[in-house]
Parts: sequence; C-alpha cells; structure tokens
Amino acid sequence: MAALAAVRRCRVLLHGAVKSSFRGSPSQPRSYSAGRLSVQERIERKRQAALVGGGQKRIDAQHGRGKLTARERVALLLDPDSFVEYDAFVEHRCSDFGMEADHNKFPGDSVVTGQGRINGRLVYVFSQDFTVFGGSLSGAHAQKICKIMDQAMLVGAPVIGLNDSGGARIQEGVESLAGYADIFLRNVMASGVVPQISLIMGPCAGGAVYSPALTDFTFMVKDTSYLFITGPDVVKSVTNEDVTQEELGGAKTHTAVSGVAHKAFENDIDALLNLREFFNFLPLSNKDPSPVTECHDPSDRLVPGLDTLVPLESTKAYDMLDVIHSIVDERDFFEIMPNYAKNIVVGFARMNGRTVGIVGNQPKVASGCLDINSSVKGARFVRFCDAFNVPIITFVDVPGFLPGTAQEYGGIIRHGAKLLYAFAEATVPKITIITRKAYGGAYDVMSSKHLRGDVNYAWPSAEVAVMGAKGAVQIIFRGKNNQADAEAEYVEKFANPFPAAVRGFVDDIVVPSTTRRRICRDLEVLATKKQTNPWKKHANVPLAGKKGRGRR
Amino acid sequence: MAAYRISPALQRVLHAVKHAAFRSRCCIIVSRAQYSTVYDHNEKTFDKILIANRGEIACRVMKTCKKMGIKTVAVHSDVDANAVHVKMADEAVCVGPAPTSKSYLNMDAIMNAIRQTGAQAVHPGYGFLSENKEFAKRLAAEGVSFIGPDTHAIQAMGDKIESKLIAKAAKVNTIPGFDGVVKDADEAVRIANEIGYPVMIKASAGGGGKGMRIAWNDEETREGFRFSSQEAASSFGDDRLLIEKFIDNPRHIEIQVLADKHGNALWLNERECSIQRRNQKVVEEAPSTFLDPETRRAMGEQAVSLAKAVNYSSAGTVEFLVDSRKNFYFLEMNTRLQVEHPITECITGLDLVQQMIRIAKGFPLQHTQAEIPINGWAIESRVYAEDPYKSFGLPSIGRLSQYQEPLNLHNVRVDSGIEEGSDISIYYDPMISKLVTYGATRAEALKKMEDALDNYVIRGVTHNIPLLREIIVHPRFISGDISTKFLPEVYPEGFKGHQLTATGRKELLATAASLFVAAQLRAQKFLGDLRVSNTQQERRSWELCVELEKGVHMLGVSRSGFMTFILKVEIDGDKLEVSSDWNLASPLLTVTLNGIHRTLQCLSRNAAGEISLQYLGTTFKLRVLSKLAAALSVHMPEKVPEDTSSILRSPMPGTVVAVSVKAGDTVAEGQEICVIEAMKMQNSMTAAKTAKVRSVHCKPGETVGEGDLLVELE
Repeated sequence: MAALAAVRRCRVLLHGAVKSSFRGSPSQPRSYSAGRLSVQERIERKRQAALVGGGQKRIDAQHGRGKLTARERVALLLDPDSFVEYDAFVEHRCSDFGMEADHNKFPGDSVVTGQGRINGRLVYVFSQDFTVFGGSLSGAHAQKICKIMDQAMLVGAPVIGLNDSGGARIQEGVESLAGYADIFLRNVMASGVVPQISLIMGPCAGGAVYSPALTDFTFMVKDTSYLFITGPDVVKSVTNEDVTQEELGGAKTHTAVSGVAHKAFENDIDALLNLREFFNFLPLSNKDPSPVTECHDPSDRLVPGLDTLVPLESTKAYDMLDVIHSIVDERDFFEIMPNYAKNIVVGFARMNGRTVGIVGNQPKVASGCLDINSSVKGARFVRFCDAFNVPIITFVDVPGFLPGTAQEYGGIIRHGAKLLYAFAEATVPKITIITRKAYGGAYDVMSSKHLRGDVNYAWPSAEVAVMGAKGAVQIIFRGKNNQADAEAEYVEKFANPFPAAVRGFVDDIVVPSTTRRRICRDLEVLATKKQTNPWKKHANVPLAGKKGRGRR
Repeated sequence: MAAYRISPALQRVLHAVKHAAFRSRCCIIVSRAQYSTVYDHNEKTFDKILIANRGEIACRVMKTCKKMGIKTVAVHSDVDANAVHVKMADEAVCVGPAPTSKSYLNMDAIMNAIRQTGAQAVHPGYGFLSENKEFAKRLAAEGVSFIGPDTHAIQAMGDKIESKLIAKAAKVNTIPGFDGVVKDADEAVRIANEIGYPVMIKASAGGGGKGMRIAWNDEETREGFRFSSQEAASSFGDDRLLIEKFIDNPRHIEIQVLADKHGNALWLNERECSIQRRNQKVVEEAPSTFLDPETRRAMGEQAVSLAKAVNYSSAGTVEFLVDSRKNFYFLEMNTRLQVEHPITECITGLDLVQQMIRIAKGFPLQHTQAEIPINGWAIESRVYAEDPYKSFGLPSIGRLSQYQEPLNLHNVRVDSGIEEGSDISIYYDPMISKLVTYGATRAEALKKMEDALDNYVIRGVTHNIPLLREIIVHPRFISGDISTKFLPEVYPEGFKGHQLTATGRKELLATAASLFVAAQLRAQKFLGDLRVSNTQQERRSWELCVELEKGVHMLGVSRSGFMTFILKVEIDGDKLEVSSDWNLASPLLTVTLNGIHRTLQCLSRNAAGEISLQYLGTTFKLRVLSKLAAALSVHMPEKVPEDTSSILRSPMPGTVVAVSVKAGDTVAEGQEICVIEAMKMQNSMTAAKTAKVRSVHCKPGETVGEGDLLVELE
C-alpha cells in the first residue's frame, strides 16, 4: 500500500484570503481584543480556509486536469443549498516530517463530508479533495468518512463516495492503513443495509481500491480516473509489462475488460448529473420500499411492436434492449455494465413509476448464452435488487451455458452457480417472461418457477426444452435413420410453450403486446409479498476464486 | 353526383374504422368521406383477388377489395411473413426469399400461388410485375384476369420510341426529336444539330433516370452517346438510344386516365409532380397551380385520345413536361396505378382501385367526363426512410421502434404498409408511407400538411420529414413557382435543415428550458414516500444556460401559481409564457408559446441535460444546464472527435459492389475508393484527402451497415 506511484508529493501552500463562490457563514463584525484574534474571527478564518482546500493554485491545477474540486462536485451532486457539512474543522494529527507546521494543516483535511438531498431524498456524501495532499488518506480523513457512514447506517440513507485520492498519507504510516481498514469494515457492515455508490473521479490506487470494490456500484469518469492495485511503474519493475495508466486501470479497461466498474461517463459534470438520475432509482435503505415516482406512461399501454419482434427462425437474433425499452416506463432504462458481458443485460427501470431491476439474456451477443462473466454480472445485480426490495423482471432467451475448455477451466460451474444462487435466494417479487429459448440448466437458472418465481409467463414463441431439437434427436435416436423426421417431431413437441404450460411451470402464455400491462398489474399484486428464508448466520454463496489468468 | 355525401355503406365502413381492433390492422384510415363512388354489391365481381405486391400498395388494394366484398390473397417473401399486408389478407402465400428477383418478381411462384388459392384475378400494384407483358400473357393463358391494361397496351407504351410514334399519330404533342434508333455517335451529332441544343439522349428501354444524358454541344453529344449506350446495355440489356429536345426547367404534370373495355375513356384531371430528386417524386399535388382550364382540357383530351389509340382499358397515367409558356409535351404513359393516385381520389371522389377492378371484370365506366369534379385540393408527401441531409435522401434502414401516424387530425390520409415494430430492410423500397392531406383550398391542405408532419412520430429509422416540412413552407413552393429543378435550385449546397429565425430560436430555447424544468420537478415527486424532505422549499425559479447550435443563452424560468404549470421564460429581455400538459412519456410535445400552439417532438432527453427536439420538422440538439453546471463546464476537457478525413465509413446500409483500392495505394482527393449499392442505387465513395491507403475493411459482395468502417487512410 505504500507503493503508491500516483501520490505526488504536494508542496504545501498556505492559502491567503481567496474569494469563494460558496456560501460560508455570514460575516461577523470584526472585534479585536488585546491584539489577539477573537474566536469569532478564527472560526471565520478556518471556515474560509476549509472552503478553498489546498488553495487557488491547486484548484487551478485541478481544473487544468479537466477535473472539478471536491466542493464543486458536491454542489453539482446535491440539491441547491441542501448540503450540510460535518467536520470542516478536523485537521490531521501527524507530527512527523514537518507535517505539524501550521502551513501543513488544512481545516477539513483532504476530504469534504456531510449530508444533503438529491431530489429531496437524504444522502450521505464524502468527496476527496485532491488539492490537499493529493487527496491522500490520513487518519483524520478516514475518521470523517467513517463518521458519515455510521450515521448513514443509523438513519438508513445511502452513501455516495466521490473518489479522487493518490492513496495513503505516507507520512502517517500505519495510521493511514488503519483508516482504510476502518472504512472497509464499514463498507462491509453497510452492505445490504444502505446502498453504497462510488464514483471514481481521479486516481484511486493501492488498497484504496477495495472500498469502491466493496460498494454496490462503481462508476468512473472517462480519461481522468484510474483504478489499480499497483501503477504502471511497479508493473514494469515486477512483470516487465509496458502499460499506460489508461490501459491498466482506465474507465475503458474496467467497464469492458475487468468488470470492476459498472459504467463510465464523459466528464465530471456528466457523471454527477447521471448519478443524480441513478440515485432516483434506488431505495434509501433495506427497510424502505422500492421508490415510486410520478409516471406519465399509461400502465395499460399496449406494445404492438412486440408481437412481431421475435424472428420466425429461431437462429436469428434480435435486440433484447428493444423489448426492455418498449415495455418499461418512458423507454427509460439505466443499464448497468453496458459494455461488459454483453450477452446479459441488467439495469434499472420503472414500471408504472416503481423501480424494478431488469435482467435479460441478449440474443444479439453470443446468442444470449450464459458464460462466466455474464453469470457473475447477473448474480451481483440480482443480489443488489433482493437486498433492497427492488422487484426483479427477467426476460429469458437463453440457449444454455457456453461450452468449451476455456469456460470449464475457468470454473463456469461455480460461477454459473452464483446466478442460480442469487435467483433462488431472492425473496423480492420475481416476474419472468420467456420470450423464446429456455434450454437446459439455463432455463432453471433464469428465475424459473422452480426457484420461486412469482409470475412466469411465456410468449407464444417460447421453447422450453432440455436442448435444441437437433442435439436432442442426435442423442435420442443415435445412429438411427429418419433423423429429420424425428427432429420435426421434437420441434412439434417441445419447440412451443405447451410442455411448460401444461405442467404449470409457466402461469400463462401471453400475447407479447400485453406484457407491459400484465407486469404492471402483477407488481401491484406482489407489492405486499412477504417471504423469508430460513434463519442462518449468513448464507454461503459459492464465491470461489476468479477465472484463471491468461485464459481469455 | 353528390360528392362526399356519406353513403350508408360508407358509414358502416367508417364505423368499423373507428373500432380499435380494425384500426390496428388497417393501413388506410379515412377521416372523411373520401370516395363518392357507391360500392354496388349487386354488381357481380371477382370472388378472390391475388395482390402481387407488398407494402402500402398491397394494403391499399386490399382495402378496396374488402369494401367490395372480395376475398384477398397476399404473396410475400419469407422476411415479410409478419408484414401488414400479409396480416390484412384473407390468405397468404410465401413466394420465396427476400431478394425481389426470387420472390415478388418470381412469376413461377406467383402463378403457383394463384393456382393454389384459386384467385380469379391479379392486381399487380405498381413496380414489380405491374408493367410486365410476359406476366400479363401468362395470366391470360391460364384464364386469370389481369387488373390492368392488356398486353398490347403495356407493350406499346413500355417502349419509348414506339409510344412516341403512337402519340404522334394520335395528335398528342411530342417533344421535337428523332423518332428512330440512333445508330452511332456521328448520327447523334447530326440529329442533335437538326433539333437544336440542348438535347437529351436516353435509352429506349429506360426509366428512373438511367441511361439519360443531357448534351449542350457536339462534344457532349458524342460523350453522352457513349455513356448512355453503355449504361443502357448494362441496365436494360438493350442499348437502343433516342435523342430529343431537352426541355429546360420543365414542370412534370401528369393526367390520370380511366378507360373501359367498351371504348369509353375519361381524364381525371392532373397531378403536379415537379418536386423531385434524382427523378423520383417527393411531393405531389392535385390539381396543379399552373394549369388553366383550357390547358387542362387540352392535356386531358390528348391523354384520352392516346389511351383510345392503344385500346387502353384500366387506370393509366399520361406524363407530360410543361414548359414555362404552358406548352406541354408527351413524356410517357404509365400503364399501372401510380404511387400518387390518392390525391386524384381526394379531388375526384373516385376509388381508382375499385374502378380498375370493375373495368377488369368488363363493366363500363360509371361516369361521364362532365361528372368528374375538382373538389378542393390534395397534397401528398412521400415519407421515406432516408437521410435528407445526404443528396436529398440516401436510404436508411432499421426497426420502427415507435410509430404513430397523424390520424388524430381530420382530412389526413396515410397509406402505409408498416406498423410499429416493422423493419425497413435493404431489400425493398424505403418508403414508409404516403401522407395525404386535403382541404377546400390549397392553403388549407398545406396547413394541414404542416400539422400532419409535426404530429407524425417515426423513431428507429432516419426519415425525410425535415425535408418535406421545409418544402411545403418554402415561398417558391407556396407561390407555385416550381419545376423539376426545385430542390437543386432552392438548396444548391444540399439540404441543411430548417434555418431558425430569431423568434424560432427563442421558441425552441424556451421549450427546451421548460421541458428541463418539468422533468426536474417530476423527478422530485415520489409517491407515498414519507422520507422526502419537508423542509426543503419547492423551487419556483431557475437560472438556466441553454446551448443551441454553438450559441449559449442564459434563461430565467419561473413558475407561477401552485397547481398550474405555466412557466415564464426570459430570454435576452424577451418574455415567453409556456404552457403544456408536460406529459414526459408522450413522444409529442404540444406547447403554447405566448398563445401560439406548436407541436414539437422530444426525440431524446438525458441526465446530462442533452435534449433533442424536432421543431418544424428539423431535429435540433440542445443542452440545458443549471447556471452552476454551465459555469463549471468551462473546466471540462475538450474531447477530440475522431479524425474522419482519414476514415471512410459507409453512409448507409448496402452491399459493396466494387473496391478500387488496396492497402498501400496512394489515392487523390475525390478519387473513387469503393462503390456501395443500396436500394438499387450505386454510390461512389471517394477519398476526402490525398493520402496512402492504410487498410481496406470491406470486399466486394459484402453487406455493410451505416457507419461501418470501409477504408482507412494514413
């Protein structure tokens, strides 16, 4: 953790009286007594100092990098005038390496913390200040973050972290490490209690990366944010790999290759405005219901385009996003991880105003099969929804799990099990629509009736079977003639929704254009659903290790 | 004849039309008594008709068949299995795979479909087999009626040289020119000098602008002869050419005729079709602003005499070029139902398809010439899936993710063969629909067209509504000062979309700002949530910064009243009052700006404040930010857009026909790099700069999508 390449030793500046556009406390009449500053004056000075962080020069440098300051970010994220700051007077306690000098003390240290409102709803925020010691994490910095996290847990409100930090405050040594651990512990304790969101807006390296990794959602800003355990210099010295910061841990890498980040935005302003939009989908805590906003889209709207969407040939692809966009309110779908494991689509939308989580196989990519990455992506999303009372709507068109040595050696068995586990464990309302294929084990996995699906529908184009007709016939009639006839018979028997419908494994076969109406009504019914799993200390989800190296 | 009186039969139809289930299946909705003709169910007609076509025209024909109590058979390619015309028909037969040569032009398969279904007659629509004499012959051989003229008329009028000779003999004005086949370039020059320049050299078998050249001197004549004969040979397998006088700046006006098998013929007035691009019509109207009653009668009578000269029976169209002095010259005769027939139906009250079916069954015409009225004015806009910003329209494809025809308006007729969810594919004509508006006067019809275009919701494909919306409000169009060169003359630099006026700009800015505020207010409305702040004041005013076309404007928005939702917007000292129902789910956005009603469309809106609005047909991109966000946005890094001069992307979906370069070649600016064929059109892709070719990403025969990388330059 000490090997933080990104930490740039900051020359410490004492800032003069810099004008700030932010509201400070109202100016008080100056009163001097006996040549010494009055308390009132000191309060005022400290407040002013806290507002400008590392000083105008560092602010200009931050702007020069295309980044906003910690306070500017908070101001954009929260409703106007809603931010209530805590700990503006906290200073670091380090006395080594000259850190105790007055000019090395900054009121508030390298993070701004507090609470405020997003569209009127409570949220706790910390925003790391890169202008103060490169946003490095001191004991005091960690303590400030822990304070708001503890309070967020007490009142049940989400925590948003705006990360822009070079890493540990090296001057503080173990105190800084202890600070990280304190935060990690709170991240874990808060997990499943209040939503936690990280927005990476600058460097985030070393041990610091584990805090975002523990939160529910990690977003990044393109070109100006990086996440890595060790920077390019260390990588070069250890593995002799030449890699740039951007390639190693930029937004593109993490949203498309590693799956560490859930989405990336163009710049600070875009990211913060999108975060406001995203926040509106989330319940405030695990004790709050899925939020319902005013909705202008009629809940009984028919979607005629869906009746012809699924191609007649079962080998032809279509875009599951077309299904999702046309069914949800106002075509408004906030997709999570849109560039990673694209064979599954997950994200938030609303049905008649109520937030729902959408999971859908994507026939356009790899036929919508389940593989390691898509299983893990889906599982994580389903577990979030279940933890926070967000109903799950699943659109199924899955030909099965992806075969091959790469997948088997990579542990598709245990990774696929995660998705199965997540759907089975979930007690929120679960509605499933089989649009076309639901083959093999993947049928079971995708929120089937057998895993306590509340309402399971099939479109007329649905085919629920152990496998495709061709493969099935090759096994059943191995070495026999008349394979073509047998195949036709298999298609006739299984390539339709009836085998599942006669057994009650789907509740109804619905006309696709009525799907929106059906789901809206079902959600209304299921709003009072109560289901509990058996008492346990905690469940043992098949976490198991990551996919083997070098096999992509 | 009492035009537009609603007959009881029609009333029943209108009632059925209002029924939702019918509406979803029916492509043509009548919002007024469109036809005055009576459907006489005692007149013995065909029991079953096969429609050898697809899309809107197949639906159009079926609609009349249903009214006449005739069963319908659709034919379709496999990709069209779910198409509207298939759903509308009583029976449907698949005649082959997607390419037209294997399905809709596949005579064997269509003949089989006729036998299989027992159809007694075939309506060919337009295009495909509609003017194919071979097809008409084969039908005749099997005793199936062809709903169109007989083989002889198709043949006679299908050949430009022969038709001209017949026209001349029938005393129809023809363009001065050489009536025979031109042997060689020398003869071409000699003839050109006889006629006088400019001259037009064109293929005898041609059509659609192919094999056509204009020459202004001897040298161009020689060159034109060479090119035209090559093109004619490759396009039509027939290199015969003819030469005639070129009428500069003409109008294209055509006369609709109707003739029966008993020697009766009528002319149903004219259609003005001068607004064209690449010889394809875009906006048509009936009647023409240009014709006086004498010219109209003269043209009508000549058209009828031509029809009689070839014993024509069925509906047909005689096309004329009309010069500025109202001299008119015969161009050609189309022996089929025209695309633009609805405008004639609107002003005459006749159902042309019904008349064609009656004639084919052998009934005499029901009307006399004196009974053919011109009632009101009708305008037709051809709504295409194409990008009007590229040479007035390059085809685009896609799925109609949202589609809503402006049928809530009166006096609007939409002929279409698609619905929400339909695919516009590369295989067929990219026409979405024919939008027809009608009014007692031209001004009324044009105003209606403005409203109809503003209310037409098309999402998922690029469409030409921006261009249509601009044409119909252009002063030259409104004054009737048009010719076939209208588009290149009015937009010499190419079509650039609506140019905002100062007032228009303010309206647009105010609407965007108000929409932003409406969305912000709605975002705070959580229902039944006790945890939403009570101490936070509801906002009543906003300071916003709106970006439009690189201009940045500061706007103040304030909300008045508690329950009402009227926003007062201040822009540069001007005040606008904006009211609307602010339905954020509707694709249409109806606002009242200082008392003026406008229908805009919100195409997209995102969290970052970007809003796309369709205003007066054209899409404008705006960005609305709070004052704070706008002030801070100066710090945001400028993202460098991709250098497009070294990258060649396909401007449309299509097939690569030829690639003229390979990696390592040096190309000059403007040099052809490859040729993309889309919708039967070949488009030459050229280099944007002189450079070396780095890599080639396409090969002949490959299908490419819009925006696909073709070639990279260094």
